Amino acid sequence: MSAVYIARAIQVAARSLDGEMMIMSARDSTLFTLNPVATLIWQMADGETPLEEIVRRKVCAEFEVAPDEALRDAESFVNDLAGHGILLVSDEPIMIQEGMR
Amino acid sequence: MSLMQEISQRALDRGVPLGVQLDVTYRCNERCVHCYLDHDDHGEMTAAEICSVLDQLAEAGVFFLTLSGGEVFMRRDFFDILEHARSLMFCVKVKTNAFMIRETEARKLSELAVQDVQVSIYSHRPEVHDGITLLAGSLKRSIAGIRLLRAHGVKVVLANVLMMWNRGDHAGVQQLARELDAGYTIDPTITPMMDGDRAVLGMGLRVGELREVFRDPDLVGDVAEFCAPPPKANKDMLNELPCSAGHTACYISPYGDVFPCVQFPLPSGNVRRQKFMDIWRDSEQLNEVRSITLGDLPVCSGCGHAGSCTRCPGLAYMEGNMRGPSSLDCEKSFARTGISTANMKLRQASAAARGLVQIAMAPSV
Repeated sequence: MSAVYIARAIQVAARSLDGEMMIMSARDSTLFTLNPVATLIWQMADGETPLEEIVRRKVCAEFEVAPDEALRDAESFVNDLAGHGILLVSDEPIMIQEGMR
Repeated sequence: MSLMQEISQRALDRGVPLGVQLDVTYRCNERCVHCYLDHDDHGEMTAAEICSVLDQLAEAGVFFLTLSGGEVFMRRDFFDILEHARSLMFCVKVKTNAFMIRETEARKLSELAVQDVQVSIYSHRPEVHDGITLLAGSLKRSIAGIRLLRAHGVKVVLANVLMMWNRGDHAGVQQLARELDAGYTIDPTITPMMDGDRAVLGMGLRVGELREVFRDPDLVGDVAEFCAPPPKANKDMLNELPCSAGHTACYISPYGDVFPCVQFPLPSGNVRRQKFMDIWRDSEQLNEVRSITLGDLPVCSGCGHAGSCTRCPGLAYMEGNMRGPSSLDCEKSFARTGISTANMKLRQASAAARGLVQIAMAPSV
């Protein structure tokens, strides 16, 4: 299976509130809040670290969850946010504009 | 509870300033007859100072940032400020008259993904709009700016302040908004000058005119529900906070002064002298504002409208007492329901008493 890379879209607004991320999509003005696991994935979405590595090294280390189950949930979550234009997903590393990290 | 209400409650519980309006300048190319600002530059913050404030706001947890003025495009460095704000991932709303928006500005606003741009439009008739802005050709230029913004996919909201000069034009402005594929918001409140001068209030709509506005289903939706007699205030309502001013929101002027809200000119600190977070947490003024619940308001807590009134504590403050009534909101409650407020009854009783005293004091010559 090829690696999946994820990056935060620059078109969104985002802020952490009490450890959970609020995200506003500029495209359709939809407001999202992410739970702590999703927030961690969002924060690690640097375009360079493969999703599988984020899940294995960060999510499984901080939350009690089996790697396979965590990866399935993460892929579903990532595809959902990508559908709203909030995350970019690619099978190659993604360059993020400086200042948007 | 909606997601937005949940977020607001969480911000309130944790003392987070969720939303801030930052006016980057009071300078303006228009001279709107009802404007509450002094347009001279008394030493506004530099772009570097503003960017430093933005860094502090992001650290404090501010998510919703409104950049306004004056006219924001009077600053040549406005896009430096906006770019910095977006790099900090604020959800940015820009308020402008769109007069100076050309192709370049529209494209940049689109690229920077501002949430929306709010444009003040007073009338669909040039002679009325330009008569309020005192700038010839301003409606034409503003509409041209809006068209460019829409062509670049930027969301636009037309903000329609109503006053005696444009009463009855709101339907025309709504139609214009539809033609421009823009949103529409109406505001029937004229705000006193920042220095407390209330002369401009004379331009506001009269109660009878407000009554008509509040019975327009295009503006208020379900008229029967909107104009229904107010529900009796219960104990929970009396424990509620008047509004977000000072609780989850505040306002910063171009000179760095911090206030609870743009409409609540209670000086609470200055970001040129103190860190924003120190002001937000420790300002005596903000903490006083936060201490007030509806039940603490001597006149309004006993008013029949207490449960549904839109009382603005800032307008009450400008009227002389932040715990007192806001007569402008009393007028709105009366115009909606036809039922006098406690404040109106007190004033009527006071006027009657003054009449009696005058008779008693008439000299007998």
